[in-house]
Amino acid sequence: MPAYLDHAATTPLSGAALAALTRELARTGNPSSLHGSGRRARRAVEDAREVIAAAAGAHPSEVIFTSGGTESDNLAVKGMYWSRVAEDPKRRRILCSAVEHHAVLDTVEWLERHEGAEVAWLPVDSQGVLDLAVLEAELSRDPGSVALVTVMWANNEVGTIQPVRRVVELAHAAGVPVHSDAVQAFGSVPVHFKDSGLDAMSISGHKIGGPVGVGALLLGRSVKLTPVQHGGGQERDVRSGTLDTASIAAFAAAAEAVAATLPAEAARIAALRERLIEGVRERVPLAVLRGAPGGGRLPGNAHFTFPGCEGDSLLFLLDLAGIESSTGSACTAGVPRPSHVLLAMGLDEETARGAQRFSLGHASTEDDVDALLAALPEAYARARQAGMAGHESSIQTAGTAARQASRGT
Amino acid sequence: MSGGVDSAVAAARAVEAGHDVVGVHLALSRMPGTLRTGSRGCCTIEDSRDAWRACDVLGIPYYVWDFSERFKEDVVQDFIDEYAAGRTPNPCMRCNERIKFAALLEKAIALGFDAVCTGHYAKVIEDADGNRELHRAADWAKDQSYVLGVLTHEQLKHSMFPLADTPSKAEVRAEAERRGLSVANKPDSHDICFIPDGDTAGWLAEKIEMTTGDIVDETGAKVGEHPGANAFTVGQRRGLKLGTPAADGKPRFVLEIRPKENKVVVGPGALLAIDEIRGIKVSWAGLPITEVETGAEFDCYAQVRAHGDPVPATARMEPATDGTGASRLVVRLVSPLRGVAPGQTVVLYQGSRVLGQATIDTARSLQRAAL
Repeated sequence: MPAYLDHAATTPLSGAALAALTRELARTGNPSSLHGSGRRARRAVEDAREVIAAAAGAHPSEVIFTSGGTESDNLAVKGMYWSRVAEDPKRRRILCSAVEHHAVLDTVEWLERHEGAEVAWLPVDSQGVLDLAVLEAELSRDPGSVALVTVMWANNEVGTIQPVRRVVELAHAAGVPVHSDAVQAFGSVPVHFKDSGLDAMSISGHKIGGPVGVGALLLGRSVKLTPVQHGGGQERDVRSGTLDTASIAAFAAAAEAVAATLPAEAARIAALRERLIEGVRERVPLAVLRGAPGGGRLPGNAHFTFPGCEGDSLLFLLDLAGIESSTGSACTAGVPRPSHVLLAMGLDEETARGAQRFSLGHASTEDDVDALLAALPEAYARARQAGMAGHESSIQTAGTAARQASRGT
Repeated sequence: MSGGVDSAVAAARAVEAGHDVVGVHLALSRMPGTLRTGSRGCCTIEDSRDAWRACDVLGIPYYVWDFSERFKEDVVQDFIDEYAAGRTPNPCMRCNERIKFAALLEKAIALGFDAVCTGHYAKVIEDADGNRELHRAADWAKDQSYVLGVLTHEQLKHSMFPLADTPSKAEVRAEAERRGLSVANKPDSHDICFIPDGDTAGWLAEKIEMTTGDIVDETGAKVGEHPGANAFTVGQRRGLKLGTPAADGKPRFVLEIRPKENKVVVGPGALLAIDEIRGIKVSWAGLPITEVETGAEFDCYAQVRAHGDPVPATARMEPATDGTGASRLVVRLVSPLRGVAPGQTVVLYQGSRVLGQATIDTARSLQRAAL
């Protein structure tokens, strides 16, 4: 069994979620149908809605089921932008943190290119924490021109937790609604939709032990949203499409399990994480922890840059040793690109290329951490050697042979 | 793994032979195209996905290694510089020399691998002492030993070409089909990968400053004008737009490009016949044969294009006379070759064995020299 240190990418399905999923998959019924099968399915969906609402500190009617975090982010950002512009065409500005997940980042860029949005990218400090002064300045510049603010709850790469409460206070004072991508935070740290004051918040099933392909957008009851997807009018007419009863039930089962054990699990995982960080620092003193220290980051997140090596070389060597980690960012063609998060935190491209994220979750154990610590020194040494492969090849080629001959050696 | 059928089958055979294999796709451009158009393509998302899919089927890891910076400097810029200097380079050869079997190999060795395995049609033979020789593939029609002729002994020691003994490309496609590799019927790539539309002249025109100049005949008389000497290739006949017809009314060809004078020299096809080649940047594919050390003349076959026919020749190494210390390779062609341009690579063979190669510095026509 490999040591799975990539919970931020996806988590193993929890026992409760698997049971709910298989139970519901064996049944028939469209929750929108009025007959017995439909009523039974509807019951399962509505039970799940209540469970998820409770786990996220929301009212059940504020839960809009979606296909996952990416859809929730698209729906929130596009939907809020469109409805705000429809009410007042002057509202074209989107204030967005520079370290958002691509699901938000690319959506905002798309609105900029195609829908006339003007974007203010809000900077972060070297730990990845949002600069509230800039947010405040941008809001006060012309509050009537701002469509929305979107700032993630916690960063998916470096795990930094954002001051969401303060963001909401500032934005609301200016009369501007706020969305937050809480995909990484939900289930990992206490996330309470109502207390946060947020207008919209994205969460996902598979980051908390639920299945892939299901998520939710928590949407305040008074918040207006222009739908992205049209059809049968499900989910408050905001998100049409037949509801996936089995996945929704499994998502709820996972959320319930996570909510029930959250403080204890968070402490357990944070302790494991500290052990991991200390161990890495001890074995590879050159490694630099990125993001915020201690409680400023997600309990399961440890993110380092390893100087002199490329992240994907290290990933490959660790994979070979049975350790599953991530460079923290991916690209469609598979071409490794330096992370926009690390660049926003002020790192240069060279340093950013040496990134490696280890993320712990409900399935993590001390053995996983120990396996990493055992394999890391050799993997790092090798990756560094590969990274050092400088411009002048050490392999003898026709070119080097000719140059040596001309030097008379 | 390019995403094509050859490298997929090569990987499959390496896996089957019991090696620990990891698929690597080279990212040679920072801005990969979205989708392949027609049969051409390199570094497109679709090629990357095809290579990835082949790795999935083979059950091996897959990585994309970004060599775009190195590629730009060592292959693309070299290609531009060579054309700007009036020579005709072979970028595939440069890529094998400096990227696939150098930069990539070096990284691979550092990561703990022993060899780079590719889908080239060529053969590596090892003798009892562990010395390696490069040979033509079993299928001479598909043979790619020419573009590998630039490999040194050290590079050959870390090379694997599992398609060496394959009787034909059709066989490789059939094998891919049998193995469930989806690229079995993918069209061959051709042309230069970084010029996806195949319009080399148009591509170069954007990179090299072109100045109009004279087209002269073999006697030096002006017979026309050109938009820029670098856009021409030795042996070219079309697109010269000569105002003055040749005295004998026969077609004229580009004989020579003189970048310093910005002149293009044209003349009758007979003057394209090259009798003697002098090569620089000589390298040997494996240990050099004895005559190389002694300076004695040796019989061989010379090939100047990837798919050109080899012609009988005699060759010898000539010690440096210009104080650089670099020896030259002198190749006398027993039967003359047409359309030999400086910058091209001459690869020497004995039987199926690749002896080595040199970059053509000068190509001499005895008939023209006698004028």
